[in-house]
Amino acid sequence: MNAYIKAISYYVPETIVSNADIVKDFPDWSEQKISVKIGIKQRYISKELTAGDMAERAANKLFEEYNIDRSTIDTIILCTQSPDHFLPTTACILQDKLNLPTNIAAFDFNLGCSGFVYGLGIAKGLITAGIAKNILFLTSESYNKYIHPKDRGNRALFSDAAAATLISTNGILNINDFVFGTDGKGAKNLIVENGCSRHPDKSGIEIDPENEVLQSPDYLYMNGSEIFNFTLEAVPLLTEQVLARNSLKQEDVDLFIFHQANKHMLKFIRQAISIPEEKFYMCLEDFGNTISSTIPIAIYHALKNKDIKSGNTIMIAGFGVGYSWGGVVLNFI
Amino acid sequence: MDTINDFISKFSEQFEMTDPSEFTPETHFKDLEDWDSLVALSIIGMVHNTYNVKLIGGDIRSAITVNDVYNMVVSKI
Repeated sequence: MNAYIKAISYYVPETIVSNADIVKDFPDWSEQKISVKIGIKQRYISKELTAGDMAERAANKLFEEYNIDRSTIDTIILCTQSPDHFLPTTACILQDKLNLPTNIAAFDFNLGCSGFVYGLGIAKGLITAGIAKNILFLTSESYNKYIHPKDRGNRALFSDAAAATLISTNGILNINDFVFGTDGKGAKNLIVENGCSRHPDKSGIEIDPENEVLQSPDYLYMNGSEIFNFTLEAVPLLTEQVLARNSLKQEDVDLFIFHQANKHMLKFIRQAISIPEEKFYMCLEDFGNTISSTIPIAIYHALKNKDIKSGNTIMIAGFGVGYSWGGVVLNFI
Repeated sequence: MDTINDFISKFSEQFEMTDPSEFTPETHFKDLEDWDSLVALSIIGMVHNTYNVKLIGGDIRSAITVNDVYNMVVSKI
């Protein structure tokens, strides 16, 4: 039995942060520089909404947009690193809020930029084993709640959003073979250190660039150069392995849809793998880096804009926090 | 390995405003107007993709001239 992506929708919160807004807080940056180099013109902030709230909205949009009968859903999987509570599981709360039947499986898993690919892997496993038939797979992050207001770099990059993907025994994109990878040595390079079980107490350190305080263990920390080196090592190898696993040559792939980290990093990744620009999908400008939702949002727009045609072969890849990475080939039926 | 002049040419491409002809081995590149953390990442990316060498943030922080970066790359090949 095969597993397919049947439908995708997404939700972005109402509050938009433009480059002009960022420059207001950081006058030594220019709007043009952010837009040209990072490739992002605007990003979204969840404010009072939680990841659960955004996932709920994305799921409702999916049900409405594709006229899906809620009673057919037999599994909810939520990928998030910003759950509503330590416990219970946000996916359980969503079962109730979405008025889904109680005879369904629901669970969260915790991954970031690789999360969409992992979720497809879990869903394919459940479907091909005959355990599930219609899986509501949600990705949702409110990273901005973890970012210090004076952390210019992370504020410019990260955006809050949710995506809802229906994975089923039939659909439009056939999910082929996966490659996954993990290197926990990179954990310290993208982390919110304090506030959970290992370091429950906050340090009280506030980021203050004027006094050279550029990071705080109470907030999201990213070591840009380490993450950059990691992706340049991991993603070309991942691409090679995914192609081999699916018995494909690079030229057999019609479109590469990679995690939309930022334009700068994607440019170097594309060069490292020698993928022609027209086969390398970009969907970053209007959304920012929405972590686990960048790939489904990009697929949604590639489908709407007819950048994916019947018979096309697509490779997707997610990579980041963990370190964790994964890739898979999708075939548009 | 490239000569220092080839390296300077690739190094200078990572700067958007400064004219490539302004770069010499002794250029204090962090004093240039368009130097910032993104240019630092561009240099790390260029060095990775061109020479398969991993520079880290600390390498860039400790370098002062273009020649310092070149020597670091040569020592890591």
